[in-house]
Amino acid sequence: MASFRGRSIVSIRDMSQDDLIKVVCTTEDVKRGDLTGFLNGKTVATLFFEPSTRTRLSFESAVLKSGGSVFGIANPKASSQSKGESFADSIRTVSGYCDVLVIRHPVEGAARMASELTSIPVINAGDGANQHPTQTFLDLFTIKESFGRLDNLKIGMMGDLKYGRTVHSLANALAMFSNELVFISPPSLQMPGHILKELDDGNIRYRNIADLEEAGTLDLDILYVTRIQKERFGDPLEYKKVAGVYRVTQETIDALGKDIRVMHPLPRVDEIAEEVDTLPNAIYFTQAHNGIPTRQALLGLVTGGLE
Amino acid sequence: MARAYKVYSIENGTVIDHIPTPLALKVIRILGLENEGIMTIGIGFNSEKHPRGKDILKIENRELSHEETNKISLIAPDATINIIKNGEVVEKRLITLPSEVRDILSCPNPNCATNQLGARKHFLLENKDTVTYRCVYCERATVINPDMLASK
Repeated sequence: MASFRGRSIVSIRDMSQDDLIKVVCTTEDVKRGDLTGFLNGKTVATLFFEPSTRTRLSFESAVLKSGGSVFGIANPKASSQSKGESFADSIRTVSGYCDVLVIRHPVEGAARMASELTSIPVINAGDGANQHPTQTFLDLFTIKESFGRLDNLKIGMMGDLKYGRTVHSLANALAMFSNELVFISPPSLQMPGHILKELDDGNIRYRNIADLEEAGTLDLDILYVTRIQKERFGDPLEYKKVAGVYRVTQETIDALGKDIRVMHPLPRVDEIAEEVDTLPNAIYFTQAHNGIPTRQALLGLVTGGLE
Repeated sequence: MARAYKVYSIENGTVIDHIPTPLALKVIRILGLENEGIMTIGIGFNSEKHPRGKDILKIENRELSHEETNKISLIAPDATINIIKNGEVVEKRLITLPSEVRDILSCPNPNCATNQLGARKHFLLENKDTVTYRCVYCERATVINPDMLASK
């Protein structure tokens, strides 16, 4: 396993199975409260070139809880880029002000490019439709926390599997362990061929189904739900029909079995009924809260505050 | 009467044969040899391998390196290379796909950092059999086609 000190976290593709385990185990230690103050004296810049309240606030909270200080831009209109400064110049300049750069940018590959422009670690907080690795790490941690393991699980992923970067990265990460994946989506939003090809190459067991009812017979451990976006459909009626079919209710939980765990990267619209929130099966708010110890662990590892 | 020759032979340099028609000019572009020295191009010769014909490119006084000729395999994997010295073929060379490619291919993803932020074009070989490369920045895998050649 390569050391994390000084390393940028750009893509799950850069990670080995050992790397994933290291981050998940460090997150466990952080969440237990065993590790504190490991960002003392460190400064983190959060550069959000597109708005994202949830991810930005959780990074900022993670820095403050670990004893570090944080500054940044939350609004691209407030940055020098609005005056015409190039992205490269912004990165070169700000990297002299801090120990870690956290970047979200609407352009795919922006975080990779930033990591090549500076010697300090860059953490990708989302680059367009490409990667959002800290989301994948917190998903993995939540799975490990719930099941005590990351392998031998049967995981259903449901909703917009075509455009959802969260499910692409998670599928890649889960493929590094011995898991079985079930993709539940309307035909127009199926998992892309290139992801399926990667699963084939890795001899990962998976199947595509169109019907949530069929999932009831499969004995799933986890149902990972994603939002189906209205704008993907030309016909509003078609959207309504599809959205209704892929909605999780109390009845769905009963059909899937009492041990099923329901995850969601949030924000949710109406793909999970509120009645599900109070069931022990719903772990999506815990999942969102796990973003804090996960990001603490990553910041600690890349700064060398944690080994 | 049969012509004595269709393309002039050269004394010294590199001959690239079996380029599928009409890709000879694109091979020149991939090699970055536009406006550099003397070249002879033959287009549309009969070929058993290529039903639409083959092109031949002769580059005078320039011995291309393996690194250079391997780039040709991105668009013409069956091309053959002959290195000529003093009118004799001194090396027959096969080409293989390069493990990485910088600058010469444009990423087809319009929202890629190479197209939006000025990142240097950079692809890594993903699958030899399908000639698939993955963009280092946006991470999309693409089957290479001649239209992806970047303009200089």
